[in-house]
Amino acid sequence: MTVNKARLIQGNQACAEGAIAAGVTFFAGYPITPSTEIAEIMSEELPKIGGKFIQMEDEIGSMACILGASLTGKKVLTASSGPGISLKQEAIGYASMAEIPCVIVNVQRLGPSTGGPTSTAQGDIMQARWGTHGDHPIIALCPATVKECFDLTVKAVNFAEKFRTPVYVLLDEIIGHMREKVILPNKEDIEIVDRKRPSTKPGDYKPYRTDESLIPEMADYGTGYKWHVTGLHHDETGFPTTKPALVEKLMNRLMSKLDKYKEEILLWQEESTDDAEVLIVAYGSTARSALDAVEKLREAGIKVGLFRPITIWPFPEEALARLAANVKGVIVPEMNYGQLYLEVERICKDKCKTSGLFKANSEPITPDEIIAKVREVL
Amino acid sequence: MLGELPLDINLKHCKACGICYAICPRKALAGDKLGKVYMSDPDKCTKCGICEAHCPDYVIFVRRDKK
Amino acid sequence: MRPDLQELFRMEKLPHIWCPGCGHGIIMRAIAEAIKESGIDMDKTVIVSGIGCSSRAPGYMNFDTCHTIHGRALAFATGIKLANPELNVFVITGDGDATAIGGNHFIHAARRNIDLNVILFNNNIYGMTGGQYSPLTPTGSKATTSPYGNVERNFDIPTLAIAAGASYVGRGTAYHDKLLKDLIIAGINNKGFSLIEAISMCPTSFGRRNKLGNAAKMLELQKTAAINVKAAQKLPPEKLEGKFLIGELHNKPAPEFTEEYDKLIAKLRKEAEQ
Ligand SMILES: Cc1ncc(C[n+]2csc(CCOP(=O)(O)OP(=O)(O)O)c2C)c(N)n1
Repeated sequence: MTVNKARLIQGNQACAEGAIAAGVTFFAGYPITPSTEIAEIMSEELPKIGGKFIQMEDEIGSMACILGASLTGKKVLTASSGPGISLKQEAIGYASMAEIPCVIVNVQRLGPSTGGPTSTAQGDIMQARWGTHGDHPIIALCPATVKECFDLTVKAVNFAEKFRTPVYVLLDEIIGHMREKVILPNKEDIEIVDRKRPSTKPGDYKPYRTDESLIPEMADYGTGYKWHVTGLHHDETGFPTTKPALVEKLMNRLMSKLDKYKEEILLWQEESTDDAEVLIVAYGSTARSALDAVEKLREAGIKVGLFRPITIWPFPEEALARLAANVKGVIVPEMNYGQLYLEVERICKDKCKTSGLFKANSEPITPDEIIAKVREVL
Repeated sequence: MLGELPLDINLKHCKACGICYAICPRKALAGDKLGKVYMSDPDKCTKCGICEAHCPDYVIFVRRDKK
Repeated sequence: MRPDLQELFRMEKLPHIWCPGCGHGIIMRAIAEAIKESGIDMDKTVIVSGIGCSSRAPGYMNFDTCHTIHGRALAFATGIKLANPELNVFVITGDGDATAIGGNHFIHAARRNIDLNVILFNNNIYGMTGGQYSPLTPTGSKATTSPYGNVERNFDIPTLAIAAGASYVGRGTAYHDKLLKDLIIAGINNKGFSLIEAISMCPTSFGRRNKLGNAAKMLELQKTAAINVKAAQKLPPEKLEGKFLIGELHNKPAPEFTEEYDKLIAKLRKEAEQ
């Protein structure tokens, strides 16, 4: 086995390399800070491996374009930030409804509106969950290191393919632009998942029929299956229906299909939680400050721990609830006015005190700020 | 007998739009009480196909193989 | 329906949802006839649409079909074609779908000269939502959102497409269905962005409100108002007043986007080998 060389690379670059390692061969995007490097790298690398890059006329088109490419059987990626992610929402809902695998990297910047293009933020947490209209399944993964940008983009592609759902990789500007020394895994050590192709002949193919897996088989366009894709409610043949019973059947499946795979999808990290009296819940770059705070507080003899959700949506609820039952308080530092806090509060409020440390002014949350907050709570 | 008419008419799909009998150059077609097409004068039909081509609902098919 | 065309349709889905006298059905058949006559591989043919009455057409057609979101059919189609250039990709779109909400994708797909066969069903109105004015509603015409007559000016779709870089542009009508079919075939044979405007009619939401008579009268109007571009060349300008041109309006081959991209891939491959 060859050991790869250590390299100093950016989070955005790790995302791009992770996508390619996972088998992504199609990227469509539109430039926007602080995500642009991903598009730039894809434009350089994809044609070298026979893949395709296109700079579309806007983010709506970019999102639509990757969905078209996905229907031909390709693994697809787009990347953007705040304003562009807002534009993608309608097509993301289409991907949820029609179950078209795709990965969206959102390198979060400070919003709302044009906000702070070069400023870091974590303001799109709820948008990732509920940005498109209607109830829908979604997965969002949130890296805190450059290495994790690589690993989680690979995972995101695998999840998208396996569960036929849009998957977000939610960076924040710090993670996207930060450089760290990483050793990326060898190709042969990377797990690759492909979508399920039809097990039946074209004549027998029902594109939205499922077995207990709840995930339908997907034919590539151009392979003779002649199937219909629509954003309207549809029955298992894929054609529109307005019959309440069939609409409900579809929606129930869409809304429960990820539940079935919770063990695989829910990722989190626990640090010094065994005897913790105070639990910090932090993600993305904020988790780095939180980890630093935990170390310093532990040195001072204060029993704090860190719970870092890596999968933000669906939220690792049971894992957090278990920990919350044994602590006095939970603190949520995040670079917004309290978005994931809402979820944490919902889960923990019967078990312990909850409080937030919110900051959205373009500066990161420092370890000292978190330490002060912990002391306040204790 | 229906089978011998120059046109095969799938009345189930006829929406009574009236295009075919308005466009028929020989007035071989007409509308019934509901506005649905019928062959009022089959002998006039030359099988030109203009009705078939302009029926938005694919109701009419000209039997080209038979006279 | 003609037996030889039936394999191109999902026959069990008919009758379609369109209103009595809607021109969309005539145009859909012209597309099917063109595909049949062109001899392209139907297993390798994809039909993409946006949202609107016209965009319901792919649901009735027996191909890989994609009924997408309003205005974005061309962007989806761009992804399909670029990801797999081997596929024949058709786009069915309405006047609102293509030139209002989807206007940006329209000009950019034309600019790239990506090999798509676009059939734009122009019924001068937003049909599906019940008759609001579109960018193709003539000035002065009534719609539910222009109750006093449309104040805005309208697009000329072929001019727009040509200016944006489309390599093949034609216009047919529901009345001139044979011409329409031939134009679509010519579009299929053009390696590049082909735009065929198909003049349709909406008796329900446009004709009635503008006192144009029933479907047959509206079809008759297409016959009398259209002049073939070849005939028009011989006519003095005053004879063209109030008329519109049909036929092949533009045919200028140009480098096609996905082929150019494949050349880039081949070049990089070669460089890597050296
Ligand atoms: C984003 C979005 N905005 C608005 C609509 C509502 N809508 C559906 S179809 C349509 C107009 C369609 O008109 P056109 O493209 O001309 O097609 P037609 O129905 O006349 O064939 C509109 C506005 C929508 N579905 N999605």
